[in-house]
Amino acid sequence: MISLEKIHFAYNGFPVIREVTCRFSRGSFTAILGPNGSGKTTLIRLMNGILFPQQGRIRIGGKDISGFHTRALARQMAYVPQMQQNVFPATVFDTVLLGRNPYIRWSPGKNDRIVTSGIIEQLHLEDIALKDINRLSGGQRQRVFIARALAQEPEIILLDEPTANLDLRHQHEVLGLLKELSRSGITIVMAIHDLNLALKYCSGFMILDQGRQVATGGKEIFSESLLEKVYRVKVKLIKEENETYILPVEPL
Amino acid sequence: MSDTLLYQYGAFLRRKSRFLWLVAFMILLLALAGLALGPSDMGLQEGIRALLSGEDATHRSIMLQLRLPRVLAAILAGVALSVSGVVMQSVLRNPLGSPFTLGISNAAAFGAAFAVIILGAGNMQSNSSDAVLIANPYLVTLSAFLWSLLACFLILLVARKRGATPENMILTGIIASSLFTALTTGLQYVADDVELAAIVFWTFGDLSKSGWRELLLQTVILVPVMVYFYRNRWNYNALDSGDETARSLGVNSYRLRLTGMVMASLATAAVVSFYGIIAFVGLVIPHMVRRLIGSDERFLLPGAAMTGAAFMTGCDILARTVISPMVLPVGILTSLVGAPLFIFLLVKGIGASQWK
Repeated sequence: MISLEKIHFAYNGFPVIREVTCRFSRGSFTAILGPNGSGKTTLIRLMNGILFPQQGRIRIGGKDISGFHTRALARQMAYVPQMQQNVFPATVFDTVLLGRNPYIRWSPGKNDRIVTSGIIEQLHLEDIALKDINRLSGGQRQRVFIARALAQEPEIILLDEPTANLDLRHQHEVLGLLKELSRSGITIVMAIHDLNLALKYCSGFMILDQGRQVATGGKEIFSESLLEKVYRVKVKLIKEENETYILPVEPL
Repeated sequence: MSDTLLYQYGAFLRRKSRFLWLVAFMILLLALAGLALGPSDMGLQEGIRALLSGEDATHRSIMLQLRLPRVLAAILAGVALSVSGVVMQSVLRNPLGSPFTLGISNAAAFGAAFAVIILGAGNMQSNSSDAVLIANPYLVTLSAFLWSLLACFLILLVARKRGATPENMILTGIIASSLFTALTTGLQYVADDVELAAIVFWTFGDLSKSGWRELLLQTVILVPVMVYFYRNRWNYNALDSGDETARSLGVNSYRLRLTGMVMASLATAAVVSFYGIIAFVGLVIPHMVRRLIGSDERFLLPGAAMTGAAFMTGCDILARTVISPMVLPVGILTSLVGAPLFIFLLVKGIGASQWK
């Protein structure tokens, strides 16, 4: 469980995150939504300990993350960045094995290799296990990075735009996988642009606008007026059976 | 199924280990060749016999004072420069990192010349390759290290402010090289004839300056530096995934980068301050080994160290034999061999290797 209490963060005096408060319970799958520049990525970075809030607290299991050692934090929480291109080639196996880093003192041991190979199989990556990750498709690479996050055996996984640059099929595959992981008890928080994908797969939502938390909750928070105010686009909310779809009509 | 994957990965690692054993064997052969060759017609058997029995004082002296220190110097210099290159490339996430391309070699060379000429840490004797007698090797190494640190901080500053892109790094390297070459030239301008000749010879990159005292000091510096690098081999792998990812994997990337650059500068200074500038080893060897066994630092670090040692020992043998009885400074050979090799790697590459 991870909680944010009145988080405030500013770049060069310009506030980017203002008084954000939220609780992400165990096994929840939450989308952080909002237009460009609303503070989604900054919030993910704050939660991950890459940035430090100027005010407020972030706690994992009741303990402030600033009190965690970097390695101890890495055992609790994994991060999948938006874009990652290795400068030098690395195999899929070695990349996933890197996820064992918080448990490794000198160099990976037999147990680390066993955990890694189990995760590679769980995510059906065994056929490409010895391939260079820079030569994989965007979808395959994203699965590899999620596998690396799983190798950390974390309670929480944070993702920044996990579906960026992926085609439709891979978008659904990646989010389906994340939903499956959340069902196994891992708390998942991701920043994402696509409202419809978020609505289809996530159980919780937080909408940010200019660093302010304008709505937090389940599907019920979505309304045409809220979305029009935040995105400055005329939208139509379509409800069909149990699904909700958002159709952007025209800019306001 | 899991066992199959583990077996495949194990076989993949064993192929890399085989490469390391092969290079270790090559070092042994080259070291023996280095001990066997020289202007005196003493062969390897005679040399080893003289060393062990102590019967022939001249042969024993040639082995102990000339050939053995020279071979060891080549091995140490090769290890230090190649590993520094690997670490600089990894911490800057830039394939162009090397002590030479980043201007750190030139800065260390200036620092050493500064200590010798201005601080009086050396004596000039004649215009031959052993013209400079280092009276105070500690002061020379310290000065070389401090000046190389300055170049290192310049690189880190640019990397922090503008990103460690290949363009930024190579431009900063060119500027740092030019600056320190200009400063060394300035020292040459104020030096008298004998000093001038001595500085020029000194900057050639020559292993004939090696002696037991220098080797001991180098070993004292290089062993802890290499242990530190090897201890962090897995962290360097994490660093290649980018700062944010490395941090989320539990790596203090800022501290790792800073310490890596400082340690690599110290290793470079430990070589350059005694032997002068030996170019290309720190750039070509890491690239060659990366292409042969990949960039996993668990194998790349020892692989580059050993290949660098073999390359330097080989180049030194060439330097001693190509126009024998004259001995060429090894720095000329490393550039003559290294530059075409680097162009070959760039243009053609070695491609998929059996060790990868």
